[in-house]
Amino acid sequence: MRKLMSNRLAVPAFLALLVVGLAFVMPSNFYFRVAALVWISALAVIGLNLLMGFAGQVSLGHAGFFGLGAYSVAILPAQFGLHPVIALIAGGAGCALLAFVVGRPILRLKGHYLAVATLGFGILVSMVISNEAWLTGGPDGMPVPRLALFGWRARGADTWYWITGGLMVIGALLAVNLVASPTGRALRALHDSEVAARVVGVDVGCYKLIVFVISAVYASVAGSALALVNGFITPDAAGFLHSIQLVTMVVLGGMGSILGSVVGAAVLVVLPQALTVFHDYEHLMLGFMMMAFMILLRSGIVPSLSMLIGGRRA
Amino acid sequence: MARFWNKIGRVAVTSVAVLALGAAAHAADTIKIGSSLSMTGPASFLGDPEGKTLEMYVEDINANGGVNGKQLELVIYDDAADANSARTFATRLVEDDGVIAVVGGSTTGATMAMVPVFEDAGIPFISLAGAVVIIDPVKEFVFKTPHTDRMACEKIFEDMQKNGISKIGMISGTGGFGKSMRGQCMDVAGNYGIEILADETYGPKDADMTPQLTKIKGTDGIQAVVNPGFGQGPAIVTRNYRQLGIDVPLYQSHGVASKSFIDLAGEAAEGVRLPAAALLVADKLPDDDPQKPVVTGYKTKYEETTGEPVSTFGGHAYDGLMILVEAMKRAGSEDPAAIRDEIEKTQGFIGTGGTVNMSAEDHLGLDLSAFKMLEIKDGDWTIVN
Repeated sequence: MRKLMSNRLAVPAFLALLVVGLAFVMPSNFYFRVAALVWISALAVIGLNLLMGFAGQVSLGHAGFFGLGAYSVAILPAQFGLHPVIALIAGGAGCALLAFVVGRPILRLKGHYLAVATLGFGILVSMVISNEAWLTGGPDGMPVPRLALFGWRARGADTWYWITGGLMVIGALLAVNLVASPTGRALRALHDSEVAARVVGVDVGCYKLIVFVISAVYASVAGSALALVNGFITPDAAGFLHSIQLVTMVVLGGMGSILGSVVGAAVLVVLPQALTVFHDYEHLMLGFMMMAFMILLRSGIVPSLSMLIGGRRA
Repeated sequence: MARFWNKIGRVAVTSVAVLALGAAAHAADTIKIGSSLSMTGPASFLGDPEGKTLEMYVEDINANGGVNGKQLELVIYDDAADANSARTFATRLVEDDGVIAVVGGSTTGATMAMVPVFEDAGIPFISLAGAVVIIDPVKEFVFKTPHTDRMACEKIFEDMQKNGISKIGMISGTGGFGKSMRGQCMDVAGNYGIEILADETYGPKDADMTPQLTKIKGTDGIQAVVNPGFGQGPAIVTRNYRQLGIDVPLYQSHGVASKSFIDLAGEAAEGVRLPAAALLVADKLPDDDPQKPVVTGYKTKYEETTGEPVSTFGGHAYDGLMILVEAMKRAGSEDPAAIRDEIEKTQGFIGTGGTVNMSAEDHLGLDLSAFKMLEIKDGDWTIVN
């Protein structure tokens, strides 16, 4: 059991089983849609977790990248006739470049200053998207052309369940490989102590930048996926509240845990749907449950639980 | 440790209970209609009166025997003006709740995100949002009740034409509302032989519009000024306008059609003209106006039940629900396609927004008579003919 847990393919394999297994118990398209939203959020959260949980840097502007990815599959096909898949890749590449350019000066900052700088970046992106109405449709949003591959049109929540589930498993696979690589070790070193990492020869600035770029690409791809699933996109996707939501998912699920990212995303996407029965008290309940999670499972749902189970067995 | 597991157990039990409640069975033999509104969040000024109106009138209809002998069941969700959650709730209404029709969508963004779901499922959807894109081009299952900003422009230009005005200046807010209306006004100005000589804008947080207005004042031949905008911007424009002593007429949009505009602009508001729905001047309508009983009835009921002043937004929800109920009565069945056909055949329906005559090409069905041209006199609205 322990050996299995420590295998680095265990988490992606488990997630793949989860995606396949859940598909058999879904009663309706509504559940497929909610699950697809969980996979999409999970993808963005895995990326952000690499930055927050492994490299120890905070970003309060990740919805900016998410929004850019989303709008790239809306704008590029509409304005230049690009295929949505190419637009998705172009969006990811564009975000990587932007993260590289923006990240170089920003990542020199630490702690609160870094948080505020990324916050500013996120707000800037969402302002541009809401104001350039000729390109983005402004606050009312714009339609996204449906995805068609070799004459086959992707529509219906169950189709998107498989596509987004696949993307999420691939994302998790890449993430665990990155964490297990020398880059991952360097990242964890600089999370624990930047000074110590520098002493043992880790190029701190360079690694921070690498992981910032990677997490921006995750967010961008997730944004593109959401835009394609919905067929319509509004500037909310790039908004400040969405950035906060992503950070909350990371912390709730557990920093530095890939599985935790998926759990955090699942909790925050599914809970509001489950709580609609409470009508007026919905937000109160949501807040209460999040507080309960954070008080009882202090280092996030997955790490706390695995510590408990592991601790009992040892 | 044991204490900890105890706690975990309690949390788990609560969560399971919550989930189970969510899946609780629904009563049979009712007609289910759905709604997703922005009852909280930045657009709650739209969604809140809409939600209250729907609940109030569904209760009323049920107390009076329901529709076709069955009780109505209203399933209502709060999307907080987020397009993504609106989309999820739309899927939920169709797939999980099994509603046969939907009245909702407070904002254009939320509405447009929901449209594909209802189109695919073939469920009639009456939107409560403003923009013209919702019904133009016409979508088979999508209708809407609020008048568009294009119609507000047309109403203003019609009034100008009557008064022999042909050269105007425009000063628009750059928020979603002002921007959209500015575009529509530009688009239709030509049809009324109106020439826009000056076109200025201001940001949503600007506190002084004197520079833009000075420029307009200095433009030769301007006979009137239009100010498409929302919130406090138009009140500042109105004050600056009087301070600069500009003596040509000032037209505001339906976006400021509330008492708070008069309060904010004070004496400067004297003589300002604007198009607005009849609901705003319910008690001033002539007795022979066909809308009079509807708007006074709605206003009285809303104000008595909620204790809040009536707003035109709640009126849109009233219109949407009543159009749907009439259509269900005519169709005599619960088949969504049959109800859709009957909604499209709505003729001579008198609601708070005006007289609705829908057709296969027009899923809004309002004409310019839906707007009344108002002028502010002695700190109150008066109807101009």
